[in-house]
Amino acid sequence: MIKRDENPILALGGRVISPFIMLFALYVIFHGHYSPGGGFQGGTMLAAAVLLVRLSAGSDMGELQFKKSWGTYLGAVGVLIYFGTGLVAMLWGGNYLNYEYLPLSFPANENRAWGILSIEIGVGLAVMGILAAIYDDLVEGEPNAWNA
Amino acid sequence: MKIVNYLILIVFGALLVYGSAWLPERGNPNEPLDRELSYAGTPGAAYYYIKNAKKDAYTDNMVTVILADYRGYDTLGEETVIFTAGLCCYLLLRQRRVNHDKKG
Repeated sequence: MIKRDENPILALGGRVISPFIMLFALYVIFHGHYSPGGGFQGGTMLAAAVLLVRLSAGSDMGELQFKKSWGTYLGAVGVLIYFGTGLVAMLWGGNYLNYEYLPLSFPANENRAWGILSIEIGVGLAVMGILAAIYDDLVEGEPNAWNA
Repeated sequence: MKIVNYLILIVFGALLVYGSAWLPERGNPNEPLDRELSYAGTPGAAYYYIKNAKKDAYTDNMVTVILADYRGYDTLGEETVIFTAGLCCYLLLRQRRVNHDKKG
């Protein structure tokens, strides 16, 4: 492994850009109803924002933003949001994943829009958590990668 | 050997071009994919989506409606695949690290 020195430009640049990437990722997720985008794309961008800090400033600095142990849990939470949305619709009398029956006091088609938003959030969280977790798992095998 | 590789590549490329020559025309309502009724008399999927996506789900982006609502089970499976991939990485890579620590 090549040993690298701390580079202040990279570290600071990554830390400055990362929140803006996250903001745009949230826009991509929540505006997926009206423009190209959605959970998968937004989740990938969220993960990119997290990984940018890890790559540019090192895993220790990235740990301050997003802990290594969070990724897998966040993925599980995202999958549970998706399954839970379908399950709630089923408990309130519809078929599994039939958002029309979600217990919201909207007309049926707006209920569907809110159901779609809910599962897009679930997908986004799952994709972000899993991508960050995979990177962390890979880096775990290289103890001297950054903090030698 | 290299000539054989190039020949195989060229033949497969020609096959792809040959196969793409009869793809359905985009936006033609008389193509089998986009008809209102299929040959069997059942409603055509593409026609139904284009006509009803906005009305059914109150969402402008038809792709989102198909991905998350009409084809919700498919997306559920996709997310499960991603989660399984993450779990596999967790199990394989973290396990190796633990063994390594025990040895050293």
